[in-house]
Order: sequence, then structure tokens, then C-alpha cells
Amino acid sequence: MNVLVPIKRVVDPYARVKPLPDGSGLDVGSVKFDVNPFDEIAVEEAVRMKEADPSIHVTVVSIGGAECEEQLRKALAYGADEAVLVETNDPMDSTVVATELEAVVRQLNPDLVLMGKQATDDDCNQAGQMLAAKLGWPQATFACKIEVGSGTARVVRETDTGEETLEMNLPCLVTTDLRLNEPRYIPLPGIVRARTKPLSKQPRATSAQPKTRVTRLDSPPPRPAGRKVGSVDELVAALRERGVL
Amino acid sequence: MKSLFVAFAPGEAEHAAGFFATLGGDWAATEVPPGLVADAAAAALRSASEGFTHIAAVSSMRSKDVLARLAGLLDAAMVTDAVSINSPTSFVRPIIAGTVLATVETMAQPVVVTFRPSGFSGDSAPGQMVSLPTPPEGQAKRTAENVRGGSRPDLSQAKRIVSGGRPLKDAETFERVIGSLADRLGGAVGATRAAVDSGIAPNELQVGQTGKIVAPDLYVAAGISGSTQHMAGIKDSKCIVAINTDPDAPIFEFADFGLVADLFQAVPELASKL
Ligand SMILES: Cc1cc2nc3c(=O)[nH]c(=O)nc-3n(C[C@H](O)[C@H](O)[C@H](O)COP(=O)(O)OP(=O)(O)OC[C@H]3O[C@@H](n4cnc5c(N)ncnc54)[C@H](O)[C@@H]3O)c2cc1C
Repeated sequence: MNVLVPIKRVVDPYARVKPLPDGSGLDVGSVKFDVNPFDEIAVEEAVRMKEADPSIHVTVVSIGGAECEEQLRKALAYGADEAVLVETNDPMDSTVVATELEAVVRQLNPDLVLMGKQATDDDCNQAGQMLAAKLGWPQATFACKIEVGSGTARVVRETDTGEETLEMNLPCLVTTDLRLNEPRYIPLPGIVRARTKPLSKQPRATSAQPKTRVTRLDSPPPRPAGRKVGSVDELVAALRERGVL
Repeated sequence: MKSLFVAFAPGEAEHAAGFFATLGGDWAATEVPPGLVADAAAAALRSASEGFTHIAAVSSMRSKDVLARLAGLLDAAMVTDAVSINSPTSFVRPIIAGTVLATVETMAQPVVVTFRPSGFSGDSAPGQMVSLPTPPEGQAKRTAENVRGGSRPDLSQAKRIVSGGRPLKDAETFERVIGSLADRLGGAVGATRAAVDSGIAPNELQVGQTGKIVAPDLYVAAGISGSTQHMAGIKDSKCIVAINTDPDAPIFEFADFGLVADLFQAVPELASKL
């Protein structure tokens, strides 16, 4: 069985980033970049499947500039077998990503595409569903448990009100949520050792143009400063005065 | 310009009025029945969407599941979590855990949008109801479902919310401490990711960047540090109260009223004084 895990390079989710003063972009300054945390959960899950069944082959793919090689190497250090970089500096939105990934799927014929439910930079939550639509595959988003059998997958997914279980034939597409697993810690030497694993680069396969573009970035208006209260009584009085009780 | 509102849950239509009053033009409404899996729902919506310039739904896990697939089928432009509208082709949405507001221009039609209702006001009504064509059989089959309801108001619509974090220890303590205050206030219960991950609270109560976005009149955060990811979900609350033992916890930067105290004493005391 072949598993394809698309991953995205994003600004460190724990860093505080601001728009540039003229709103034309992000002031990333010295901020570090990492693998999108939800994609890391997807890589971890694929690697666990491989550990349980060594015949499973895990390929990771990223679409972006040469710098994305760093994130692909990290995914290889997790235990993925090979990496593909679709190298481009073109402007992209989720529709372009889904269209390019569709081409990669047609090229590699995976049985399962496992990817993050959203990227923590643009917070779109679109690419997986768009890709499943283009492929005509069944989808299970927000997965918290995945069991792959012969030719089928059973996925428990989080919903607005609880959980539900979906059963689908392979090939299918699954997007990951936080409770699926806790990714292992990858020490630096592991990333260095992963340098011997295959990483191939290829150009974009389509000329799809983005259908949305970001024209401006702003900081949200700050909340007016609050104050500390000294006791529960003072808190109750303050809430009464504010009219929220 | 003609829009289609897709309702996924009862009561959503009233939130659509403000969105479409702001967007302008005529709108119609359709309803997706609860049982449909995403692939079947998106296929049915694809035929229902014909002739519409905008297809919109209230942001939820379900609407994102289905509408992003619909956008893929329609080759549409998509905007997730719109919070305001500049024009029918320009929307504002939060990115990077709500720390930045992005203005997004759409360059294709149709435009598929999910929106956060708290950002919109105004009155409008649907000109027509569109019935959803019979969906195909789902490629995915739902074989089990666990819907947790209860008597408390729905978290995403609640006027008052009490949320708890990691120090709540276990589900029983969480319910006893946080649940009691919420009931006292007639409000809903919420939780942080840390609380959900450690089994203190169920997943549908997670508030934040990757959970539910809330905008109540009163949000009480007990034992919550105030991570960027959690704050992303509560920024639009009218009044935030923080109860935390650490006077330097980041939550105090955002709280209207902060109380440095042990939540196990302060929360029951607060409940008893209401
Ligand atoms: C990709 C990603 C997505 C995420 N999405 C979300 C999300 O949607 N929502 C979310 O909430 N988080 C999310 N997080 C996690 C987030 O980064 C924080 O880890 C989390 O919000 C912390 O939860 P907490 O405040 O309960 O725990 P902590 O940060 O551990 O804070 C606990 C607080 O309780 C205080 N405390 C301890 N004992 C007491 C006591 N007796 N009385 C009063 N106060 C006490 C402490 O001083 C501390 O401030 C996400 C993280 C990532 C990487």
C-alpha cells in the first residue's frame, strides 16, 4: 500500500508574527519555519502504519520554494520513505495546491492521501476536500482514529457535536485533527541522517492560476485594556456594573 | 448577483440575514439534511448551486467539510471564516490564529464562503427556498455516531460561556467546577485543547483557532493560560474574565477583569454569589 502525505512549510505556530507596516505582507523577520502541525500528525500516522506493516510505502510531497526541502527532510526523519518537492515560487491558493496535488496523485497512485485539516498560517481548511473532489474520492476530514484494512478504511472523525465513524473504500483522502496522535520528537541527528533518503524535485505539472489573492494584511484592533480585581465580590460588582450578569 | 445560503443546522438562517444584508443582492436558501456524508452532500449541492454567484454557509466543521468539497467540484474561489465584506469580491478573514486580518480578493466565480455570523448585522430575507436535489449514495458510509447534546446552550451561539483548562484534572472535576458555574449563569461550557487532549473535556467543547469560535457577552476563563491558539477563538467576546493563579499568565493581557486566585476556590464562590 502507498500512502501520500502532502506537507506545508509554515511560520512557527508558537511565534508571534505581525503584518508589515504597509500591510503588503508578513514581517517574518527572524521567525523560524516548521512543518504545519496538522501535517506532522499526518506524517506520524503514516509512519505508524508503516511500522505496523513494513510493506507500506510513505511518500511526502510539498509544493513551494527550495526552502521546503528542510520540512521534507524532517518528514523523512520521522520515517517517510521518500520525498517529492514540486518546486515553484508561483503565487498559490488552495485551488492551485489541490490541482497540483491531483497531478502528483495521478503520477504516484497512492491508496491513501493523508493530510492536515488546515495549515496554521492561512487557516483555510480547504485543500484536502478540494483534492478529494477533484479525484472523485471519498473523504473523511477531522480524523481522530484511522484503521486501514484490505481495500477499506474506517475513520473516526470529530464533528461539531461529538464523533462519527465513516467507512470507505480505498483510495480515499483523510484529513487529520489534533487527537489522532502525538507526533514523536525528532532530534536533530535524525534530520541529518535523513539526508541519505531519496528526495526528488520536479516542476509544476499544471498552469492553474489562483482564484483568490491576499491584497492586504492588518493587525486586528487591540482589545481595550482591562483590570485586575482583588476578590470574587469585587468581580461580581464589576460584572454587575458592566451589565453582563 | 444571486446567492445561495446553505443551512446545515436549524436556526442558522437567522444568522444569514446579516451576512446577506451586507453582501447585497438576492439570496435563496437550501438545507442539507443532517445524515448526509460530505461526498453526497457536495454532489447534491453542485446541481443546486447552478446560476448562483455566491454560495455561503455559517462556519462549522460540517460546513467546511462539505463546502470546500463543493468548491473543488465547482472550481470555485473559496473564502473560509469571513468576518467582514468589502465588496462581493473582497472579504476579510483572520489568519495565523487570528493574529492577522487578511483582505482576500476573489478572482473567479462562483465564490464559496463560510462566515462567522458575529461579524455581521442587518436584515434580509431569502427570496426563495431551493430544495436540494436527491443526493447520490454516499461513497463514504456512516456506521456509527456519537452525538453529545445535553441541556446547555450551543457553544457557538451561547451568550455566556465558562471554560476550563488543564488544571481541571479530570472529567468529573471539570463538570463539577466549570459545569456548575455555567449552569448558574445559564450558559455553555468550553475547554482548551490541553483539557480536551487529556480527556478532561470532550472534543466538541474545544474553543480556539482549530476548534469553535465563540463571541458571547461573557466569557469566563478558569485555569487557562491564554495561548494565541485559544485566544483566536474568544477575541470577539464582549467581556472576558480570567481566573488564574499566575499573575503573569498571558490571559490577563486580554481579560476585561482578571482575578489572581485558585479556581477551585474562586469558581464555586463566584457561583454561590450569583
Ligand atoms: C496546531 C495547534 C492548534 C491548537 N489549537 C488550539 C485550540 O483550538 N484551542 C486551544 O485552547 N488550544 C489550542 N492549541 C494549544 C495551545 O497552544 C495551548 O497549548 C493550550 O491552549 C493551553 O491550554 P491551557 O491554557 O488549558 O493549559 P496551560 O497553558 O497549561 O495553562 C494552564 C493555566 O492554568 C493556570 N492554573 C494552574 N492551576 C490553577 C488553579 N488551581 N487555579 C487557577 N489557575 C490555575 C496556570 O497558571 C496556567 O496559566 C493548539 C496548538 C497547536 C500547536
